[in-house]
Amino acid sequence: MSAYEPVIGLEIHVQLATATKMFCSCAVAFGAEPNTLTCPVCLGLPGALPVANAQAVHFGLMIGQALGSELAPRSIFHRKNYFYPDLPKGYQISQYDEPLCRGGELEGVRIHRVHLEEDAAKLIHVGASGRIHGSETSLVDFNRGGTPLVEIVTEPDLRSAEQAGAWLRLLRATLRELGVSDVNMEEGSLRADANVSIRPVGSTQLGVKTELKNMNSFRFLERGIAAEIARQEAIVEGGGEVAQETLHFDPASGSLEVMRSKEQAHDYRYFPEPDLPPVLISEAMVKRARAAIPELPSARARRLRETLALPEQLARQLAFRGELYAYFEASLAAAGALQPTPEPRLIATWLSEELLPRAAGELETQGGNVPPAALAQLVALLAAGRLSVGGARQVLERMLAEGGDPAQIAAAEGLEALSDEGELARMVAEAIAANPQAAEQVRAGEGKAIGPIVGHVMRASRGRADGQAVSALIREQLGL
Amino acid sequence: MIDRAQVLQIAQLARLDLSEEEVERYARELSEILTHVERIAAADVTDVAPTAHLALAEGTLRADEVQPSLARADALAGAPEASEEGFLVPSPQA
Amino acid sequence: MGVSDILELSAEATAAAAHAGELDPGELFAFYRSRAQEPEALELNCFCWLAAGVPDGSSAAEAPLGGVPLGVKDLFCTAGAPSQSGSLMLKGYIPPYTATAVQRALDAGAPLLGKTNQDEFAMGSSTEHCAFGAVRNPWDRNRVPGGSSGGSAAAVAAGLVPWALGTDTGGSIRQPASFCGIVGLKPTYGAVSRHGMIAFASSLDQAGPLSRSVRDAALLLGAIAGRDRRDATSVGLPEPLALPQRTDLEGVTFGVARELSAQAGAQAGGIEPGVQAAFERALELAMSLGARIEEVSLPHAALALSAYYVLAPAEASSNLARFDGVRFGHRSGDERARRELYAMYAQSRSEGFGAEVKRRIMLGTYVLSAGYYDAYYGQAQKVRTLIAEDFRRLFAGEGRAARGAAAPKVDFLLTPTAATVAFELGAVQSPWQMYLNDYFTVPMSLAGIPAISIPCGLSGKPGDSASGMPIGLQIAGPAFSEGPLLEVAHALEQALGFDGSPARRHRGLGHAHVNGAGGEAGGIHQGGPA
Repeated sequence: MSAYEPVIGLEIHVQLATATKMFCSCAVAFGAEPNTLTCPVCLGLPGALPVANAQAVHFGLMIGQALGSELAPRSIFHRKNYFYPDLPKGYQISQYDEPLCRGGELEGVRIHRVHLEEDAAKLIHVGASGRIHGSETSLVDFNRGGTPLVEIVTEPDLRSAEQAGAWLRLLRATLRELGVSDVNMEEGSLRADANVSIRPVGSTQLGVKTELKNMNSFRFLERGIAAEIARQEAIVEGGGEVAQETLHFDPASGSLEVMRSKEQAHDYRYFPEPDLPPVLISEAMVKRARAAIPELPSARARRLRETLALPEQLARQLAFRGELYAYFEASLAAAGALQPTPEPRLIATWLSEELLPRAAGELETQGGNVPPAALAQLVALLAAGRLSVGGARQVLERMLAEGGDPAQIAAAEGLEALSDEGELARMVAEAIAANPQAAEQVRAGEGKAIGPIVGHVMRASRGRADGQAVSALIREQLGL
Repeated sequence: MIDRAQVLQIAQLARLDLSEEEVERYARELSEILTHVERIAAADVTDVAPTAHLALAEGTLRADEVQPSLARADALAGAPEASEEGFLVPSPQA
Repeated sequence: MGVSDILELSAEATAAAAHAGELDPGELFAFYRSRAQEPEALELNCFCWLAAGVPDGSSAAEAPLGGVPLGVKDLFCTAGAPSQSGSLMLKGYIPPYTATAVQRALDAGAPLLGKTNQDEFAMGSSTEHCAFGAVRNPWDRNRVPGGSSGGSAAAVAAGLVPWALGTDTGGSIRQPASFCGIVGLKPTYGAVSRHGMIAFASSLDQAGPLSRSVRDAALLLGAIAGRDRRDATSVGLPEPLALPQRTDLEGVTFGVARELSAQAGAQAGGIEPGVQAAFERALELAMSLGARIEEVSLPHAALALSAYYVLAPAEASSNLARFDGVRFGHRSGDERARRELYAMYAQSRSEGFGAEVKRRIMLGTYVLSAGYYDAYYGQAQKVRTLIAEDFRRLFAGEGRAARGAAAPKVDFLLTPTAATVAFELGAVQSPWQMYLNDYFTVPMSLAGIPAISIPCGLSGKPGDSASGMPIGLQIAGPAFSEGPLLEVAHALEQALGFDGSPARRHRGLGHAHVNGAGGEAGGIHQGGPA
């Protein structure tokens, strides 16, 4: 157990899935030919003026409400001034002290603020170019420049790299459910920076924090944060002090490098953007945003727990993964038509523990050979006692391999549960006779010794027998 | 009031390359201007809200509808250095 | 109608003649185009670009503005025509789109005659700070036309174009109108779209007309005003502008503010006696037309210039950051600038910007920088609130009279437009001395309210060095009061009977020291229609 407690906060940038850019009417699209989606506004040409995208504001309000934030009735844009070739106007239009949303919370992690801004363009290093006297040259592609972004800043409420990764997955599921973003980390529509510090366990003071950038996958995020925690612990253990700086995670080497700053002296000279009047949020806009919010993963997990009696972990697993939940819901719907109707919890368990490990990749395509209705039928057979657990597993394997109806497979393969009491009793008697020593031990009170006898019955029944029923019958025949 | 060091610092923030003569001149002129400007300190601004916008405009959001972008050749037409695909700059890391 | 008569017609009368079929818009355009190229006109250096011909002239006669040619300040973007904002930074820059105000004027039938010279990025009060040469005042070529819309003002005064568009941030339409003896109107902030105006200070910039009469100003403003979805701060005017026809001032109350009058004293740079005399004559005339004059107070107006020289440079420092040599404009050819990004920025900008622009970028960067923001920028924004509130109270009848008693409701405010008449080229060297030119015009800019300058006389006794130079009267009203403001301006204009014709008779020629002093004045770029 480390003597230090990590304190982690996240800054997440989310590209919004609007049709047009934040401040102009150019299309937002990934992968277009360079500089084919530009106009005077997003090129920062002289005289061009920004006009804010209503849909981006709407999405921002949806996110704010989903996170339980307070929505500002009036928010304003600021200019963040610095020079960089990917920043056409010499300033980024962002929000500063009057953001769209403040506060909020998602699964125990407090939200500091949510604000709107515009994305930078893309710099592509093109190497030595003859055009600029053989010097190292970069090409600026302004297609991405001006894409609407929402920045979500958390309070430093995360305590481990794994927790940060898990929470970010939940946030991603939430944003995906809202339909406000593609939330694709590899394509950059979801980007996370982490603020990391450590402090002695028990301390309530915050240590000096560093900022980690460029972690463009969940795995890198977790690895980067873990590496930074270890680095800071080593510094402090060695009697040193952590310096406040920005670090760049190199996924290839797993190491952290200090980034070069964009300006020698950071002085962004924020001031209110005079080209954009304050954004006034009407009650109607708030209502419209609220109406557009579907059931979100957090609420869904709670509902699964409370109304379907799913255990915590299972409820979260299904609720936080959109494709898993969609499958579960379809399976549940199909189960409703079956007699007897299997318990939702049994379907959930079979989805999570049996189907998912065998067919993880196929759930997005509604299960491939095992569509939701087929899983429901399988679980119904199990619940009705027509399949034992072992039998059901064998049927599932066949379904995964070839598809088909579980009842037909069970019948054709002779996998149906042994319902004939006489046949099972005969098998038990045979098993006791074949394992006299074990039988004696069970009689003497060694409960564990029953294993070989049960195993004998299961082999003889090819898994069709129900394990519990077999145990009970053995004890009965042994006079216990 | 504004010394050489400050002039150089401001010039760096503003990306201006000043000659020695300009540094001297701006230090002098900016200082003089600031003595006049600083009269605003005399105003009693207790409970006064800052004016950033004249707040005359309302309902100024734009519908999320795509309009045609510039043809790439037109976008690049004014560029001092460009390839067929885009604007060229000295690499930031160079 | 013969072309020789055209020069004495107002733009309105010219348009009417075109509508009546008495004037061919093509001939009209050719007349002004040729006039703008006469040697005497070229010496004024009003234009940096002239259109080669009239664009699509056939339908102009039916259009509201009747094909009457228009001068447009260089900083308006005009597709196909250079739009350089008076700067080397943008020398030869041709934008891919046209500013809304210009497009509206074109659509209303006022073809673009040429682009007019201005102080670089509209920063100046003399049009001496222009990369394409200083502009001369047609009343006296040794004098400046004012600025920054000096090219537009001088061209209208000299009869090189019937009317023109300018922009006003702290007085850049009104002060040159005053110096050149013409009418110049700064509309309410938001009345005219800023889309396509190369920005100086976004919360203050406003486009407006420069013309020879109040009615012409109303006609042109009516064409260019309106809400524009490409400028989120634009709102247009509440109702269509009628051409003013009022000739009396019965029931009108004008305020004269102690802080914006001779009593302001040296802080205002000192009102010249000739200007003060003309102003007082205008007040008497207003009373003779039935107006009441009330002495009032705008307690914070004396701080306006100081606040303005924080706010405007701050916004400018940010607005001018886009001139970085990447997507358009000047890029340094220096070897280091070709290799290193920082050098590319710093050298391109240092080479492209002139001294006054650099000065204001530095000032604006300073007042926004960490540690200084609250004392300068934050404080100036609050002072701006106080100034706007002073005006609101004044026009709402909640103001104070000059001696502290409650003042009656004031309809409009009267001030001299500028403390002086046009000064000689090179006469003003100190930056703050130059900034004082805006003393009377900046308060209205900060409040965002409309103000018009109309000529109210000529200065001095014959023989004085500054004799015979025009003097401007500024009339300011509440936000969106353009209609009534133009009505009272028209009444005063008719009563004043100012004669601007001397400026249209080319005079003051033969000053040897003038020849060639206009920089690239002789070399007007010409091109096809925008």
